[in-house]
Amino acid sequence: MSATRTLSVGAIIGESLLRPDGTPKVKGEFAYASDLHADGMLHGATLRSPHPAARIRSIEISAALAVAGVRCVLTHEDVPGRKTYGMDIADQPVLAWDEVRYVGEAIAIVAADSVETARHACSLIEVAYDVLDPVSDAQAALEPSARALHEGGNLLRHVKIRHGDQAARADVVVRGDYEVGMQDQAFLGPEAGLAVPAEDGGVDLYCATQWLHADHAQLVPSLALPAEHVRLHLAGVGGAFGGREDISMQIHVCMLALHTGRPVRMVYSREESFVGHVHRHPAWMRYEHGATRDGKLVYVHAELLLDGGAYASSSPAVISNAACFACGPYDVPSATIDARLAFTNNPPCGAMRGFGAVQAAVAHEAQMDLLAAELGIDPLEIRIRNALATGMRIPTGQVIDGPAPVRELLERLRAMPMPLEWRPGDLLPGGVANVTHGEGVRRGVGYAVGYKNIGFSEGFDDHSTARVRVLVEAGEAVCEVHTAAAEVGQGLVMVQEQIARTELGIERVRVLPADTGVGSAGSTSASRQSWMTGGAVRIACEAVRVRLADAMGGEYVAERVAAVVGAAPIEETREFHHRQTFPLDPETGQGDAHVAFAFAAHRAVCDVDCELGLVRVVEIGTAQDVGRVLNPLALEGQIQGGISQGLGLALMEEIQLQDGKIRNASFTDYLLPTVLDMPPVRLEIMETPHPDAPYGLNGVGEPPSIASTPAIVAALRAATGQRLPRVPVRPEHLAGL
Amino acid sequence: MRLKLTVNGDEREVDGVWEADSLLTVLREQLALPGSKNACEQGECGSCSVYLDDELVCSCLVLATQAEGRRVVTVEGIATAAGLHPIQQAFIDSGAVQCGFCTPGLIVAVHDLLARISNPSDTQIREALAGNICRCTGYEKILDAVRVVAWQRADGAA
Repeated sequence: MSATRTLSVGAIIGESLLRPDGTPKVKGEFAYASDLHADGMLHGATLRSPHPAARIRSIEISAALAVAGVRCVLTHEDVPGRKTYGMDIADQPVLAWDEVRYVGEAIAIVAADSVETARHACSLIEVAYDVLDPVSDAQAALEPSARALHEGGNLLRHVKIRHGDQAARADVVVRGDYEVGMQDQAFLGPEAGLAVPAEDGGVDLYCATQWLHADHAQLVPSLALPAEHVRLHLAGVGGAFGGREDISMQIHVCMLALHTGRPVRMVYSREESFVGHVHRHPAWMRYEHGATRDGKLVYVHAELLLDGGAYASSSPAVISNAACFACGPYDVPSATIDARLAFTNNPPCGAMRGFGAVQAAVAHEAQMDLLAAELGIDPLEIRIRNALATGMRIPTGQVIDGPAPVRELLERLRAMPMPLEWRPGDLLPGGVANVTHGEGVRRGVGYAVGYKNIGFSEGFDDHSTARVRVLVEAGEAVCEVHTAAAEVGQGLVMVQEQIARTELGIERVRVLPADTGVGSAGSTSASRQSWMTGGAVRIACEAVRVRLADAMGGEYVAERVAAVVGAAPIEETREFHHRQTFPLDPETGQGDAHVAFAFAAHRAVCDVDCELGLVRVVEIGTAQDVGRVLNPLALEGQIQGGISQGLGLALMEEIQLQDGKIRNASFTDYLLPTVLDMPPVRLEIMETPHPDAPYGLNGVGEPPSIASTPAIVAALRAATGQRLPRVPVRPEHLAGL
Repeated sequence: MRLKLTVNGDEREVDGVWEADSLLTVLREQLALPGSKNACEQGECGSCSVYLDDELVCSCLVLATQAEGRRVVTVEGIATAAGLHPIQQAFIDSGAVQCGFCTPGLIVAVHDLLARISNPSDTQIREALAGNICRCTGYEKILDAVRVVAWQRADGAA
C-alpha cells in the first residue's frame, strides 16, 4: 500500500538545508544554559577538594552560613536519597563524605544572592583532612601493594581478546611502545543549569547535557523524588564532544533549588569546568606486529593501559573499544590483546569523541608504518594489502556484514593530488612569529586509517523515541517533531526537520525543544543520533502517514493533509531499536558486540622546522565513508571539526598533571587549535549505503577524530626521522632533544 | 556604583556595579545582553568580543568602569532593523555555525576585520581571527563566510 512505500528521498534528504537555530545563534539570541535567568534566582557554587587523596575528618559550615546573602550550605548529609551517582556504576559521591579521591571532587554546595557571595562562602567552609599519598600512576595502581581506591581494587576492567593461533610466529616482527596524553573536550559553553522548584514538590531543570534521560535516571534516586516530579529540559548546549555525558552540576543545582524553594543557577568557570567533567583517557600501549615478507599481517600482540582516574564514568565501555579496535581496520589472523583500565587519584576520565579507538589508532598506525619501513613497502600499500573488508572477521570474531571500504578509502587518498610545494611567500612553521626563512624546514607526508563502532555495544539497547504530530495552523499543515535528543551543535534539529519533510512532504516542520516529556532518545554520542533518532523520527512519520493515508482512502497525498486533519491533530510515538548486540566473552573477548562500524582515512602534509621543533600542517586530506549524505554542509563541518580535534591531540592538547592536580586548567595554558593552526581539508566523501540504517546513512561524527592524529604524527616522523612515540608531540621531540 | 554608557546606540545607566565587575558581566547580568559569551573569561577565546568605542576588545578583560561614558556595540547591535547583517547571513549560509558559542564573538571580530580591510587575503583573515577559538567547525566554514562577504562587497552587492 502506498502509505508504507518510501517516498523518494533526495528532495530534502541530501540537501544542505540551513539549520533552524542558525539565526538566533548569529544574533546572540540563542539561550545557552549559562544565559538563563529566573525571577528571584539564586546562584550556586561548589567547594571542591584541593587534595587528590584524603580522608575527611570533619566539615564545618557555620562560618559560611553566617555570611549575609547565603541561603543554604549543603553537604552529603543533605542529599535526600542515593548518595552516589554514575551512568552505569554509581560510585561517585554526590558530595564527598569520608574520602576524596581527586582534586576537584565536590564536597559542599552553596546557594547565595550572588555568585561572588556563594564563592566567598565556599572559601569559609572548613574541611579537616587526613591527606593520603595519592595513587597517581596507572601502572603503579595495578601493583598488589597499591592502595585500593574502591572495593574490588584498582583494576576496573580487563578486556582480553584471544583471536586465532595464539602461538603464531612471523618472519618480520616490529615492536613499539606508545603513549597518549590526557585530552580535554574543551567545549566552549561552560557547564550550566537552572533548577526551578515546582508546585508539586518536584523540580524543573534546564541544563546543557548530552543525554537527558540518563541525567534523569541519576537525579531521581539522589533527589528521592517520584520520577514524574523531576523534569529535564535541554537548554542551549555550547558543544559537548563526550564531556557532558556524565553528571556535573545537575544534582547539586536541583538540591539547592529544592532546599531553598527558589530558582538556582549554577555556571562553572573555565577552571572549574576542567575539573567538572571527565577527560579523554591517557594511554600507555605496547605493541608487537608480526608479518610475512610480502607484508601480510600474521599476528598482533597489544597491551593497553588506560588511566580512568578516580571514578568509573564510562570507562568500562572505553576500554572495551580500545581493545576491540586495537589492531585497526586490518585483516588480522591472530590477535592477543590485553586492555586494562586502572583507577587512580587522577581526574576521572570518560567519554570523548572517538572513545577508546583514538588512543589505539596512535599505536596501531605507528606500527603499520614501522612494518612498512622494515619491509621497504610504501605506507599506503601495506595498509591496502591488509585492509579489512566486508565479510571478514575482526579480532572479536564478529563478521563485518556492513560496508567496510578500507581499500577504497586508501585508494582515494592515493589518487588525491598533493598540495603545492612550498614557495617563497607561503607560511612557514612558526607562523606570524617569523622565526625561520625556510632553513631547517622539511616536509613530511603521513597516512593513517581508523574505524570504530556506531551506537552502543555489548548488549546495550540504546533506543530512541520520537513523537510526531500533524496539525493545522491557519489552514496549513504543520508537523511537530518531539524527541529528547540533545542538539549539541552537530545539527540534529536540522536532520530531524529534513526527515519529517522528506517522509511527510510537509513544508512546515517544527522540532520542539528536547525534554523528558517524551521517551529517551539515548545519548548524543557514539555517532549514533542521525541513525537512532533519525530512525525514530522516520518510523513515527511513517505511522502518521499510514493513518493519514487511511483517512484519505488509501493513498497519501501531502497536499490533502490540511483538509484531512482539520481540527483533530494526528500523533504517533515510535521507538527505534538497532539490531541486538551481545557481550564479549570475558576470557576470549569473542562476541558480536557491535551494531555497525564506520571508517575514515587521512593524509597529513606537514612542514617541520627540524631545528626549532615547530610545525605547520599544510593540508589534511581525508576519505570517509558516510553511508549516505544527509546534509552536505553539516557533514563537511563535522569532518573538518573532528579533524581539528585530532590535530589538537597530535600537536598541542594535553591536560598536564602534577600529583593529581591539573596544572593548566585554563584556555591560556591548555592550548587549542586556532585558525592559524588548522589547515585546509581536502575531502573525499564516499557513500556506501549501510543496509541496517535509515536511508543507508552511517555515523559520521567520530571517525574524523581517529586517524587524523596518527596521520599527522606519521608526517612529522617522515619529516624529522624521529620516533615520536608520544602524543601530543612536543617541539623538543621534533628537534631530537 | 553607577555606570553610564552607550550600548548598541542606546544610553544606559546601570546601578550596583562592583569595581571588579568586567564589562562582560555587566552586559550579561545587568543589561540583559547575554549574546557576548563567557567561555574562558581570560581573553583567550574571543567569544566575548565587542566594540569599545571603535576598538575590538574582549569584554571579559575590560573593567565595566572603563566603559564609563563610552560606546559599546555587542553582537546584539550588529543586525539592523532591515534584518541580519550580511556577515550574519554568510555565517548561516556557509555552515559556519555549529554549537554557536563562538559565533557572537566571531561576528563582531569579522565585522571589525572587514571594516579595516575590505578584501582580506586568507592570511589576513587567519591573523585577524586567531584570537577567536572555535571547537566545532575546524574554521574552514568560518573562512568561507568571511570570503563570501568580501566577495559580495567587491561585487558591490553588500
